[in-house]
Amino acid sequence: MEHFTLSYTTTPRLQEGHLPRLCGVVASGNLEVLVEPLDAADLCLIEVNTSAPGFRVIWEALLSDFVERNQVGGVQISINDAGATPAVVGLRLDQALDAYRSGL
Amino acid sequence: MNQSSENPVMWDALSRNSTARLERGAAFARGREVATEDITRLLEAVIEPGDRVCIEGNNQKQADFLSRSLLKTDPSRVRDLHLLQSVLALPEHLDIIERGQVSRIDFSFSGPQAGRLAALVEQGRITIGAIHTYLELFSRYFIDLTPRVALIAAQAADREGNLYTGPNTEDTPAIVEATAFKSGIVIAQVNEVVDKLPRVDIPADWVSYFVKAPTPHHIEPLFTRDPAHITEIQILMAMIAIKGLYAEYGITRLNHGIGFDTAAIELLLPTYAAELGLKGKICTHWALNPHPTLIPAIEAGFVKSVHSFGSEVGMERYISARPDIFFVGNDGSMRSNRAFSQAAGHYACDLFIGSTLQIDLEGNSSTATKGRISGFGGAPNMGSDARGRRHASPAWLRAGREGSRNRAMPRGRKLVAQIVETNREQMQPAFVERLDAWELAESAGMELPPVMIYGDDITHIITEEGISNLLLCETAEEREQAIRGVAGYTAVGMGRDRRMVENLRDRGIVRYPEDLGINKRDANRDLLAARNIKDLVHASGGLYSPPRQFRNW
Repeated sequence: MEHFTLSYTTTPRLQEGHLPRLCGVVASGNLEVLVEPLDAADLCLIEVNTSAPGFRVIWEALLSDFVERNQVGGVQISINDAGATPAVVGLRLDQALDAYRSGL
Repeated sequence: MNQSSENPVMWDALSRNSTARLERGAAFARGREVATEDITRLLEAVIEPGDRVCIEGNNQKQADFLSRSLLKTDPSRVRDLHLLQSVLALPEHLDIIERGQVSRIDFSFSGPQAGRLAALVEQGRITIGAIHTYLELFSRYFIDLTPRVALIAAQAADREGNLYTGPNTEDTPAIVEATAFKSGIVIAQVNEVVDKLPRVDIPADWVSYFVKAPTPHHIEPLFTRDPAHITEIQILMAMIAIKGLYAEYGITRLNHGIGFDTAAIELLLPTYAAELGLKGKICTHWALNPHPTLIPAIEAGFVKSVHSFGSEVGMERYISARPDIFFVGNDGSMRSNRAFSQAAGHYACDLFIGSTLQIDLEGNSSTATKGRISGFGGAPNMGSDARGRRHASPAWLRAGREGSRNRAMPRGRKLVAQIVETNREQMQPAFVERLDAWELAESAGMELPPVMIYGDDITHIITEEGISNLLLCETAEEREQAIRGVAGYTAVGMGRDRRMVENLRDRGIVRYPEDLGINKRDANRDLLAARNIKDLVHASGGLYSPPRQFRNW
């Protein structure tokens, strides 16, 4: 297991009142992504729990691209990963954020 | 001076030798029929030291009984063989080498035996002549590697020795034609001996002997992919392929490689592609084995014709019931032919798309890894520009225009796409600076790194990140960035020049899902026209009968 938290400063969130959203399942090669509101409106906090240690560089590259692309302020994202490939992680993050944004 | 009386030129040495072999063999045969228990002695009688022996075996049908029987022969009599084989698939194929009866081997593919073969080569126990593509190997059967003895597999023989090879005809016609018409010995193992065959695939006078095998020849259901294992990433890549490549070029004639990536495309035709209005506009004519995952597209009316290299276990009744689609004899069963289908895939298809293990910065792709000599099979012929092609089609012409680099003479070109997830399981990157093929070539003393598809033949690379059109790249540097630009979070992908990739994106050379109007969220298993094997059975109206290992109900 490896655990770390990354924090990004972003464009502040525009709307309030989002509900937490959960996407995916913790199964081999898959992951669970929880997106929920955060008090600090210009912060994106991402907590990673992964069963596959040693890939922090890749996580950081992927997550900073994700934050830059989406500019999501005021959210906390929790990832429980069971060895998903970056492709699956990227897809799941997009799905979770999409569900979060559409679920005011 | 009468030269011939002193040193007579003999023009029929091969047939004289063949007659002598048949005379020796006669002791163990009644006419052409050999009793099961006599086969080892017959092989000892007709095979001579140093013979080129072709053992029929592809990745589907195997002359497995004859292979096992060859293993029982006396190594002091049957020795120094030069084996010719499409595929080294069975343990027996390597056992005969380990017994010291083989000095040389020429083959095409060694899939499951790749590791053992590499070890034997390193120990110096076998010399590899060359590793070929299927078409190359068949071609050499007619030029400089003509078999003296061919050990083949058929479904049935009649009492005369006519053979029925049925749906899995595969390599048999090519092997038998080369052997029989150069005075060679053809020995067929058959599953049954019958009074009347459904049809004659190989006439008796091309056959020297036939023997009933104690068990039916092995056939591997190699092309069956259970839709239950198709991932959302594969669905996303299939959407990119359909919208960014198939629809873009209007590809009607094509070949799909083996694997889940292309199975996903097949299963998206009746859903995603139909919604895009592509029915009748793409994927109508195929060089393809009868993939069960193509059933929904056939039933939806997408597909007009399929010619096959071999058959697929469980598809027999479905194929028989769809003779307008498949190539079916008067008896109602399919006839496949690997040589013709390979030629068809090379010359008559506008697109090949397949998966690979590694792609380098020039776009060279390879499935070779160190310690495994796996060979090529058919992909290099499917996945290369047919430079002898002269007939035009819109897709071929457009690809030719895009890659023309201002050449004055108009010319078409084949579309060759590789479809890969950027990282495989265990985070093995699909994109690398240097192919493992280089190391393998060094360790096995090969003349060339075994490259499956050369970079200059590849036109498109599809990953979950997007699609790159290498035809449109102006320079080698652009090409490299176009590859890096879809290489995801591999070291190669992270090493991209972001500004250059953005420039390529502006010019439509690199396209991401959003550039194609694809919403990644739609990459959902609900898009699959069949979500499991049972759905495929339903789609076939109960005609498809999956092998036991694919039934979980």
